[in-house]
Amino acid sequence: MKLTQTIDIRHLTRVEGHGNIKISIRDGKLEEARWEVVETPRFFEAMLVGKKWENAPWICGRICGICSIGHTLASIRAVENAFGMVPSEQTKKLRLLLKHMETLQSHVLHLYFLAAPDFVNTGSVFPIIDTKPEIVQQAAKIKLLANDLCDCVGGRRLHPTRTVVGGFTMLPTREELVRFKYRLQDIHKDLERTVDLFHLFRIPAFSRETEFVSLKADGSYPFIGGDLVSTDGVVKEEREYRAMTNEYLVEQSTSKWSRLSRRSFAVGALARLNNNFAFLHPAAREVAGLFGLAPVNHNPFMNNIAQLVECVHVVMESIDLIRELLDGSWQEPRQKVEPREGTGVGAVEVPRGILYHSYDFDKEGRIVKSDCVIPTSQNHANIQHDLEELTRQYAVKGKRDRDIELLAQMLVRSYDPCISCSVH
Amino acid sequence: MDAKTPPPRTYLGIPVPRPKVAFFELSSCEGCQLQIMNNEATLLDFLSLVDVRTFREAMTERSDDYDIAFVEGSVTRSDEIERLKKIRATARVLVAFGSCACFGGVNQLRNRFADPAWVKRQVYGDSPIETNDAARPLEDFVPVDLRIFGCPVKKEEVEKIVANIVLGKSVVQPKYPVCMECKANENACLFDLGEPCLGPVTRGGCDSWCPNSRFGCWGCRGPADDANMVQMLEILKNYGFSAETILDRLECFGGFASHAAEIRSTLKTS
Repeated sequence: MKLTQTIDIRHLTRVEGHGNIKISIRDGKLEEARWEVVETPRFFEAMLVGKKWENAPWICGRICGICSIGHTLASIRAVENAFGMVPSEQTKKLRLLLKHMETLQSHVLHLYFLAAPDFVNTGSVFPIIDTKPEIVQQAAKIKLLANDLCDCVGGRRLHPTRTVVGGFTMLPTREELVRFKYRLQDIHKDLERTVDLFHLFRIPAFSRETEFVSLKADGSYPFIGGDLVSTDGVVKEEREYRAMTNEYLVEQSTSKWSRLSRRSFAVGALARLNNNFAFLHPAAREVAGLFGLAPVNHNPFMNNIAQLVECVHVVMESIDLIRELLDGSWQEPRQKVEPREGTGVGAVEVPRGILYHSYDFDKEGRIVKSDCVIPTSQNHANIQHDLEELTRQYAVKGKRDRDIELLAQMLVRSYDPCISCSVH
Repeated sequence: MDAKTPPPRTYLGIPVPRPKVAFFELSSCEGCQLQIMNNEATLLDFLSLVDVRTFREAMTERSDDYDIAFVEGSVTRSDEIERLKKIRATARVLVAFGSCACFGGVNQLRNRFADPAWVKRQVYGDSPIETNDAARPLEDFVPVDLRIFGCPVKKEEVEKIVANIVLGKSVVQPKYPVCMECKANENACLFDLGEPCLGPVTRGGCDSWCPNSRFGCWGCRGPADDANMVQMLEILKNYGFSAETILDRLECFGGFASHAAEIRSTLKTS
């Protein structure tokens, strides 16, 4: 018998923010599949108008509770670019180290607590605390290290306090960094166990040709600033981000949507990996190889694996960064800020993809106009098109309705959407 | 997993009744809920203290049978008022969880603009978007039993408060300001470093989280009992900070909304 069913998931669980999935299939044919975003707007871009520059990173970090460090760093970069400031090498290294630890804590949160329950058929990580406590402890150990190092460098793991325009309010001690270097070296075996764990999971076989957008590598796997690139061959400068994002409004979403060369594009770990694979740390490339992940991979479910690969990359690179910081002596933590009139754009790769902040300043450094383009808002259109294609394929194959419902949810979760962030 | 009753739990070795708790979010960054998951070192202890019934950010199962509701975020759209009223009707204890729920948080920064239509236009142009005219705290719509301050909330404080509820102890918020904790931590005074700070008037309990990082307090926890605002403004002026800088901090999280409004009105008349 051909499948007829309606799926109506209001407020998808185990994602950040509020989104709904609606699917209707009649006689094995897809009638409709919709990814709706119903999150309330908070109007950050309006809030900032009239505020002095020093408010921007502090307020904008609050766009997101998971990637507040990324928002703070993108905001700082936009202000510094507007004022013609270049951060010192020490500041660059510390910011990248901080960024890496946010990536690690966010990816581990997603992989273990949000994504993994689908693969072991539970509704959350909580039952696993009773059945396999060692797995939850392993996740907690990695996350704790990442968050502790965020506290050490950024002052606080969530809504950081030491990160300011011009650098840092204060620096970690060398003794602290030495201890973190050992903890990072020690965490490698926990990442190996994570790799083993994800090897047990069956990643759904699904593929839809997609354009992937990220920062473009310039000597290293990029996270903070630089040119923008897409797998369809588009290259733009950071300040031209609007030509890369082309935001527009749709009726089914309180978040804006984006497009570039096609109807939609994707950002995130898989996009970064597809564009910059050769610049991954060799240990990370090796993990990618274990899962048959090579560029350009068009399976959105592989974003989970791309995150795992990046966990290895950021840990290895953080050990090197700490070594370099310890090799030098401490310089002044903070540059003086001299506001001037103009526009500044900051592009930063946050866990869920490329993030842009842009501010126009008057000559006293007050914000005249602001614009933030969020990774998940860039992904929404692609999620919609993936969802249509996935359900179409499975409706024809006559999959059981429970399977389609689960796969549709897993698909959206693979993007690790940060929905309240996307609406902001 | 089978559905039988969970095994009896102990917290730090002592058997405790586990209250049924639920987490909800209105307009927010969900960071305060994330702070629960950020409790890595004590996460398992904390989870043994409570019976989590609903936590959409972390679990698929949900239940309308709960004793304590933690509600994060502020109210910005009519459907949120309905959700909040339903939660209030179900919960024995309603906790305003974090500064957005307690005071409106950063969300209420948009309330300072006289024209809500202008705010909408800044983001959505002429396209229609449903939103209330202002971002409001929970207590504007329902009675709130307990407030946990902070942007974000401090995990140690949340654990202490929840442990007190479970053990039937009364929950006492610190009456003293952040400044006292900062002094106890032997930090250099931010004013001496040339930075503005609301530590002298902001409610303590965060262990002077921001000043510990040489970053002046922005008042996210709202005013301490008997906050001496006149003296605070005097100090800020004496150290040469402009009314704009003072206002930026006082109006950032909504806890000092009445004081900010007063300063704003004097600025307009002067």
